Amino acid sequence: MTAVRTRWPQALGMAVVLGLVAFVIFGPLANLLLWAFAEKWYFPNRIPQEFGLTFWARVFSPRGNALASLGTSVWIAMLTVFLSLAVAIPAGYALARLKLRWRGLILLAFLLPQAVPNLPVYVNIARVFYEIGLNGTVLGVVLVHASHGLVLAVWIASAAFASVDPSLEEAARNLGASPWTCFRTVTLPLAAPGLIASAIFVFLESLDEFTGTYFVGVPDVTTLPLLMFNASMGGNYQIASITALLLLVPSIAFMLVVERFLKADVLAGVGR
Amino acid sequence: MTDAKETSAGWRAYALVVPALAVIVLFFVLPLALSGVLAFRAKDGGLTFDHFAKAWDLYRTDLLFTVGIVLLSTVLIGVVAIAIAGYLTLGENPRAVAILRWLYRWPLFIPFIVTGQVMRTFLAKNGMLNHVLIGSGLIEPLAAQSMLDWRGIVVAFVWKQAPFVTLLLAGAMAALEQQQIEAARNLGAPRWRVLADVILPQVRGTMLVGLVLSFVTMLSVLSVPLMINPNSPTMITVDVAYRISTLGDYAVANALCLMSLVVAAGGAWFYLQHAKRQTLQV
Repeated sequence: MTAVRTRWPQALGMAVVLGLVAFVIFGPLANLLLWAFAEKWYFPNRIPQEFGLTFWARVFSPRGNALASLGTSVWIAMLTVFLSLAVAIPAGYALARLKLRWRGLILLAFLLPQAVPNLPVYVNIARVFYEIGLNGTVLGVVLVHASHGLVLAVWIASAAFASVDPSLEEAARNLGASPWTCFRTVTLPLAAPGLIASAIFVFLESLDEFTGTYFVGVPDVTTLPLLMFNASMGGNYQIASITALLLLVPSIAFMLVVERFLKADVLAGVGR
Repeated sequence: MTDAKETSAGWRAYALVVPALAVIVLFFVLPLALSGVLAFRAKDGGLTFDHFAKAWDLYRTDLLFTVGIVLLSTVLIGVVAIAIAGYLTLGENPRAVAILRWLYRWPLFIPFIVTGQVMRTFLAKNGMLNHVLIGSGLIEPLAAQSMLDWRGIVVAFVWKQAPFVTLLLAGAMAALEQQQIEAARNLGAPRWRVLADVILPQVRGTMLVGLVLSFVTMLSVLSVPLMINPNSPTMITVDVAYRISTLGDYAVANALCLMSLVVAAGGAWFYLQHAKRQTLQV
């Protein structure tokens, strides 16, 4: 048997390739960071002539709208999570545990928003909402976000409930617990990690959603993505980059904690 | 007795599913159906194909542009995902594998809208890409050009979606039987042969699902083309937004939407063809 030993040229080649991958991944993000802290940056300077926090002060000033937009975004995302989970938990439980004739078909229906281009939906829902006075309201935006968030919420909830050992529920029932008590004290706590993971997914998806809000939220609901878009199209790269960074914070934080909530055994149950 | 119990339990199960289903039907399926109705409805309420004729007349270049961009991006995403997932599975240097595994995931958690902004600065004439290329002597300063056209959209799409397909693909590869791979390696097959002949045929289904989902997602992304390349020729999504926001023209917008649905259906059809062939093989 020959031991596999890394030879120098090979290791060097590997380092170069990994360096290139790192540049492709982090280069664009570094560019964003530079813009967020640039006071002055004119062509052809490679880095900003002046760094500073003036634009941060402007973004966070009361007239900067960023805090208000952040508030709107978080409020909408929280309501979306609440609505999605309120309907996804019963549905997920039924899909995992109860007899349903068209189970496969129902699961497929919840995949629709992921499998069909969303633009036609947003366009026409905006038209309908306009007629019934839901356009430009938080409720309208929440309904649109929830219909998309349900994809993940229902699939992950169903997988989370399926991964709970049924014999534990039977034991509780045999000890005299009512179905509701059994669900509340045994099934729900055991499925909680998966449900929390789905809540985080739905929250982030709502926080980052642009197209639906663009059509349904106008003119009164300005979320952080819309604020970022307007700043960018207005040519204000500093404000746009700072807002983009604000949007990234929850996503990156999520990436670092997600593996604690989304255990492999739950993921393995998705789609079963 | 048992029958009665099962029927009542069945009724309850449906009652639990109905609220969630209602949200999907009311706020997704019905608006989608409405799109089909409005695209064919004339002002007097009759059936017409005028909106399609107008949409085709005005935007056929953009339609081809969209299909081209999304197809090219899908192919590139597939290539990148196979390369990364393949190395994660077959790589012999554990440290390199660990670094790559940590690196590739980042764009997965970055929203499309931020990707648009990030690429808008990175790929601009004065962006970091050009500065690095000039600084390393790869191009002359005068040769620096803005990539904020179709190339920018493709780069943004691949950057954002390749990690998603890679994640699925690497998961599927990790679930394969290691003995098979080892057997092939012991018989002297080079790594790329093992990847092409042993691993890829077994994970093709997963890859197709990831690619078709990416294909459909990219078809309806509005922010990236709007931020990187808003001028003609551009993607259909930008035209739809223009027809609605500026002209209030729902008829032509819906005709365009239906056209992009047909393209998406083409993707789904392609997937089903291959999925069928795979089941037949098994």
